[in-house]
Amino acid sequence: MDSGATRARIEFLWWAECPSWERALAILSEEVTAGGLDSEIIESIEVKTEADAERLGFPGSPTIRIGAVDIAATGRPEPTGLTCRVYRRADGRASPLPEREDIRAALARARQEAA
Amino acid sequence: MSFGIGDVAPSLELRNTLGEDHALPAAGEATATVVVWTCNHCPYALAWHDRIQAVARDYDERGVAFLQVNSNDAERYPADSPEAMRERVEAGEFATPYLHDPEQEAARSFGALKTPDVFVLDAELRLAYRGAPDADYDDPGQDAAWLRASLDALIAGRRPDPAETEPVGCSVKWKAG
Repeated sequence: MDSGATRARIEFLWWAECPSWERALAILSEEVTAGGLDSEIIESIEVKTEADAERLGFPGSPTIRIGAVDIAATGRPEPTGLTCRVYRRADGRASPLPEREDIRAALARARQEAA
Repeated sequence: MSFGIGDVAPSLELRNTLGEDHALPAAGEATATVVVWTCNHCPYALAWHDRIQAVARDYDERGVAFLQVNSNDAERYPADSPEAMRERVEAGEFATPYLHDPEQEAARSFGALKTPDVFVLDAELRLAYRGAPDADYDDPGQDAAWLRASLDALIAGRRPDPAETEPVGCSVKWKAG
């Protein structure tokens, strides 16, 4: 299946000290595959140092960017650093995992913009 | 050096966010004592937070003492500053004393590794359970089942099984040097 998202860069940035990265990457891979793409297109970027975090604008692990857009962007500047990222679920719960629906929606937006 | 299952807990004397001193109960004073390492910035600690507070409330009348400790380096992680701790306490987010461990000695003596990291002591202050509150940070339905089971076992005069699980969360943020 051809898809606009094939032209969007899909970046997965992670820090090894936050164990949710593996589960988050699995969810992202499932959603990419469900969209008809090969999960191999995901660029996995391990952030190892504070300098890396600053250079990459890394607000915490895990961070997913599709077409250079953070799927959980708040619209406010976020500090960068080696930390675990807090995601807020629709019901207000805190979680170390992004919402699957947010990943799906971001992939759909990338497809629409590329169409 | 950390202590293991069956070992008597090291002493713990820390201040809460109001500057009041807290310590472990004396041996025989509480049916069980729970000490949880937690913090403000870590999504795992936040994800499990309400479940842990519910356990503290549910077991308060059953003679279980409960303390929560933040040992993180607040210079590197300002969200874990004493001021930020106090704000959460004042907002009613904690069901127990929330203690500050600025020198990180308590974390070192207990061998706390993560936030959260749960230590359950029996009436004689021997370590009876150590690990995660339950099997899944992302499933509130788990309801801190491992922590609850360990307390139920001690109250019933049994040893918790399992006695240990892998703590899951952010690493304790140690000071440099």
